Amino acid sequence: MSIPLWPRAASFYADRIDLLVVSFSALLLCLAVPVFVAILWFAVKYRRGSPAERGGPVKREAGIEAAWMAIPFLLSLGFWFWAAELFFVRSTPPPGTLDITVVGKQWMWKAQHPGGQSEIDTLHVPAGQPVRLRMTSQDVIHSLFLPELRLKQDVLPGRTTELWFQADRPGTYALRCTQFCGTDHATMGGELVVLPPTGYADWLSTSAVEPTLAQEGAALFRRLGCSGCHGSSGGGGAGGGGGSAVRAPDLGGIYRLPQPLADGGTVIADERYLRDSILDPVAQVVAGYEPVMPSFAGKLEEADLMRLVAYIASLKPPSGTTP
Amino acid sequence: MTATSTDPGTGTGAARAAFDPRPYTAAGHTLRSWLTTTDHKRVAILYLIAITGFFALGAVGAVLVRLELATPRPDLLSAETYNRAFTMHGIVMVWFFLIPSIPNVFGNFLIPLMIGARDLAFPRLNLLSWYIYVLAGLFTIVTLVKGGVDTGWTFYTPLSTQFANGHVLLAAAGVFTAGFSSILTGLNFIVTIHTMRAPGMTWFRLPIFVWSHYATSILLVLATPVLAMALILIVAERGFGVGIFDPRLGGDPLLFQHLFWFYSHPAVYIMVLPAMGVVTELISTFAGRAVFGYRFVAYASLAIAALGFLVWGHHMFVSGQSMYASVVFSFLSFLVAVPSAVKVYNWAATLYRAEIRFTAPLLYGLSFIGLFVFGGLTGLILASLALDVHAHDTTFVVAHFHYIMVGGAVTAYLGAMHFWWPKITGRLYPDALAKLSVLLLYVGFNLTFFPQYILGWLGMPRRYHEYPAEFQVWHLLSTAGAGLLAFAYLLPLVYLPWSLRWGQRAGPNPWGATGLEWRVPSPPPTHNFDRIPTVTWEAYTPEATAETKDTPP
Repeated sequence: MSIPLWPRAASFYADRIDLLVVSFSALLLCLAVPVFVAILWFAVKYRRGSPAERGGPVKREAGIEAAWMAIPFLLSLGFWFWAAELFFVRSTPPPGTLDITVVGKQWMWKAQHPGGQSEIDTLHVPAGQPVRLRMTSQDVIHSLFLPELRLKQDVLPGRTTELWFQADRPGTYALRCTQFCGTDHATMGGELVVLPPTGYADWLSTSAVEPTLAQEGAALFRRLGCSGCHGSSGGGGAGGGGGSAVRAPDLGGIYRLPQPLADGGTVIADERYLRDSILDPVAQVVAGYEPVMPSFAGKLEEADLMRLVAYIASLKPPSGTTP
Repeated sequence: MTATSTDPGTGTGAARAAFDPRPYTAAGHTLRSWLTTTDHKRVAILYLIAITGFFALGAVGAVLVRLELATPRPDLLSAETYNRAFTMHGIVMVWFFLIPSIPNVFGNFLIPLMIGARDLAFPRLNLLSWYIYVLAGLFTIVTLVKGGVDTGWTFYTPLSTQFANGHVLLAAAGVFTAGFSSILTGLNFIVTIHTMRAPGMTWFRLPIFVWSHYATSILLVLATPVLAMALILIVAERGFGVGIFDPRLGGDPLLFQHLFWFYSHPAVYIMVLPAMGVVTELISTFAGRAVFGYRFVAYASLAIAALGFLVWGHHMFVSGQSMYASVVFSFLSFLVAVPSAVKVYNWAATLYRAEIRFTAPLLYGLSFIGLFVFGGLTGLILASLALDVHAHDTTFVVAHFHYIMVGGAVTAYLGAMHFWWPKITGRLYPDALAKLSVLLLYVGFNLTFFPQYILGWLGMPRRYHEYPAEFQVWHLLSTAGAGLLAFAYLLPLVYLPWSLRWGQRAGPNPWGATGLEWRVPSPPPTHNFDRIPTVTWEAYTPEATAETKDTPP
């Protein structure tokens, strides 16, 4: 068995991280080694009984202090900037990503591809294409760690976090949880399988298709009776409270757009707002509507909430109107 | 010499007549005399005994973890037991050993002696803080006896409030209670250093040891209450179902991390600042030379304390915290390296044109520098945003903070023990055995923790009970190193108690050290100074070197 010394790199981004860490380590050694050498040299030269000259006044103390405060700091600032720049790359997905939904729960990872293909503890992605994982947790905080991509991101309950990457080299890599999440934390992992684009297409076509989150959400939306008041334009219903005596806002096309509130404020209808409005509907009521919606707190599982939000986010604006 | 007796209003009349020249150890031999003492030196001994017990307890947790990790498969411990072992190791070592270690043993014993005072400002409060510490320790022991807790020492929510199976409330009660002991000690030190310095003992004549304890005390008083609040909120959610952190109850799980690290990052400096103070004394004494750049070293302690409050977000780069906040926290974390580097450079410069005696305490001091520098530099790698994304929550982080807290703080604690042991007990220990302990410590420590840097960068997460087989070589080396390290810690537990009976008598100043504590007999009398000295010399200068003839008979 060979002794591992350095992790494989599955992407050009990982190569850039490796270059940064090696360069920064070299600078840090340049700063530290002279100190160690000086201490050893002084220790030998000025040991008791040696003939060296001793004592004497200290000269230019302030200048020396200023130099060893400023020079190492300014040199290391270059690496602060370099690391921040790569962090921006990591935090800013390019347009046109392949979006995969990931849900963490004690102690497994579930992933669902845009076509509905689902997998557990394994993640198949195409090489050379930007992939964005949209992640949430059903229980505690987890953290998705892809060491060969030099990436990780915490996965939190009650909100969506994102991690994007472009894996450039096909192969099978590690996928682990790094945020301590309870008894079987160490077993919460599996594989990241990077396939050539054709291989990924083959994999998609041979994998069992489950309904997508949005499709499951649509079924829930009807079953829970939401569609009775919120006329679903995406489903072909009438706008603005059609089909019911109760007036409730049409949800088509509102996702990620500002909505005027009854109290005069404005809110962006993002995932958190949609989620909060299902659980606590009267907190932030859209202008022009009565606070009559019942709360669904305690009646929905976390996964169902995600399905509903995914469905609402997928709705198109009613035809003939501008959002 | 220039040590002149004085009459500042405290050294005359009844107090003078009542001065008892017997050593503090002879002031009473009953258990009751120890448990009701208000003498800062005796309280220090009480702390020494208690924290040594907790160090042993924490070490048992470490041994279990290292034995389990010797093989990739789960074999020795179940996952649940393993989680409880590392949690107990963390809680005990952080709150019941590292935080009280140097301040409550050596700070307690030495600060009044170093500033020329007869006790701390609030002697009874000092004893109370020991009792609070013991009470907190009892909570922790009960937690352990009842089966322990499985959250990690960080108590992250909502795991700790909604999902953990262990005795979270009891463990939180222990840590909460221990916090009050910290606050009272910090308060006592601040008031003592402000108001009880001897005539002529100006701020810039204080030993660096006192400066670092002053900075530490500020952290203890200002940061610990935030930990107490965070723990109360955990109790509110777990015990009473009040929604604070769990999103299902309308809470925010990241809020806890902000509160926790607002305390726990300064807590790192609570552990390492006193260690830096100790090392400064060791270097200066055995170099026979004043500390280079005294004012810079003193101010660096305050700078570390102040900046320490502004870097907590570097624990949260991958948590989902704002990208822009992370950039600022990263910058401030680079900045806090500056005063730490100032200390290291000044220690090195103190050795220049010195006359160096290679005693065991100096070797502990030099080992501290070697290990602390390495821990500090890898801290800069972790402060770099994109690098932390990879290394966060791996054993790279574990290695980093053990280099600071064990390689740094524990090594300095042992250095302090070997330096002031003759003062505390009046006895010398076998120097060769002490030097052997340092050697074992340095080799054993590096063997234990250096492989964890490599493992972490390879992608080995922390708090893993089992791991991929290809990592085993490094884990085996680490476990072997831990065996050596255990030996290095056990050896002083043999020869130091041995010296109490058979060690050579030390005399007031066996090292030829500066500092007022070396002007009184070893062990010091109960009220320290027969006459309060008037200080007319600068710190660490030849005039400050105590001569036997200056000390009372």
